[in-house]
Amino acid sequence: MFHPDDMVALGLTLKLAVISTAVLLVLGTPLAWWLAMTRRRARPLVDALVSLPLVLPPTVLGFYLLLFLGPDGPLGRLMTAAGGRPLAFTFTGLVIGSVIYSLPFVVQPIRDAFASVGHRPMEAAATLGASPCDRFFSVAVPLSRRGFLTAATLGFAHTLGEFGVVLMIGGNIPGHTQVLSIAIYDHVEALDYARAHMLSGTLLVISFTLLLVVNLIGRRQPGVRT
Amino acid sequence: MNRISGMRILLSVLAALLAYLPDAAVGDEVRVAVASNFAECLEALAPAFEDSTGHQVIIIRGSTGRHFAQINSGAPFDVFFSADSLRPALLEEKGLVVPGSRFTYAEGRLALWIPGAGPEDKRPVAEILRAAEFDHLAIANPRLAPYGLAAKQALENMGLWEDLRPRLVMGQNVGQTWQFVASGNAEVGFVAYPQVLSAPAMRGRWWKIDPPLHEPILQQAVVIKNAENAAAGAQLLDFLKGFEARATLIKFGYLIPEN
Repeated sequence: MFHPDDMVALGLTLKLAVISTAVLLVLGTPLAWWLAMTRRRARPLVDALVSLPLVLPPTVLGFYLLLFLGPDGPLGRLMTAAGGRPLAFTFTGLVIGSVIYSLPFVVQPIRDAFASVGHRPMEAAATLGASPCDRFFSVAVPLSRRGFLTAATLGFAHTLGEFGVVLMIGGNIPGHTQVLSIAIYDHVEALDYARAHMLSGTLLVISFTLLLVVNLIGRRQPGVRT
Repeated sequence: MNRISGMRILLSVLAALLAYLPDAAVGDEVRVAVASNFAECLEALAPAFEDSTGHQVIIIRGSTGRHFAQINSGAPFDVFFSADSLRPALLEEKGLVVPGSRFTYAEGRLALWIPGAGPEDKRPVAEILRAAEFDHLAIANPRLAPYGLAAKQALENMGLWEDLRPRLVMGQNVGQTWQFVASGNAEVGFVAYPQVLSAPAMRGRWWKIDPPLHEPILQQAVVIKNAENAAAGAQLLDFLKGFEARATLIKFGYLIPEN
């Protein structure tokens, strides 16, 4: 059914989405917590920075990443100095790109969920003798689970659909950086509409199913907002 | 100030802005889909053509594969400067071009560019590539871009295609391939010789890769049938056949084909 090369692209895309979402949840949660709770003046600044990928064209991100990751860029130099290799055209490079690209889609829902939990349940837990760490994991996180679910889904789906950034820093290497959206673009340009249809249809079904499942789960567990 | 007069001011400002939008030029606009390797050269040629005809040239650069697919879907281009002869011929077969308009405007030349190579490096190309002292070799996507196909043929003829395949990175067109090498992300790349010649700051060394290592890159142009300004498009193709245009083509590193 699928061309073997397209299977590789599909597998690579799913792998990229899973890894990027995991990294985003780990990095995004403390950031979201800080944004929800801090009263520091830097908050609007950081908030705006996190939201930038929502409005910037992916080509801008791709362009800066290409320079940043390249052998003359800051990270490229660091990698070379550490005995490694520059990250453009590598899977790791794509993960870095995806994490930046999907950051607001993960941070914002978690931030809003934390904010709606508010300080009160946390203070109640504190009076009951819970440590800050305990309070975070047994009060804030469970109360924000819908936020986490939304964040994970949006991060995953958004990474599946990533195109512009990968086009600019990927180099279209089968099995390493040729993701589904790039393969589709190539098939369309090469007028291979049959393969373009197969992949586009697959992506459509996956994305729709994903969003549907989340909506259904969200409905079964009514609001946790206080 | 009440709300209504504020609104009125806003509307009159908008109307004034609209009135100053660039009006249709005296001549016609010629929309030209150009293979990315030829875009610079056409930009250099456009002013002379515009001065003599009063038309305005709108350049749409991209990969030949993409332009071809878009013309198949009825893209509103008047002229198509392809980087190969295959796609214009296919368009002709499908009856999508003005009959008799297809002609070879230039023969492209492939070059291997190594920004990090010193002037003392006198080794032949095959030897350099066989030594493979690089992580990434950039080529244009052979499925989409004629210069990529030529690069693939050259690698195959040198018996290096299978060995070097794991190191290949592919640009969507020869323009992106150039940028992969110029940004330092790929150490070596097959680019268009005209790009090498017109680059503002050339570093390292380049080698011309000519036939018979690959099929000649015959770049053809066609006037699109049912185009809005087919007549102006035909004028542009005639201009390309002229002495002045050919001098520019040679300056940019193309060969003049014997039509």
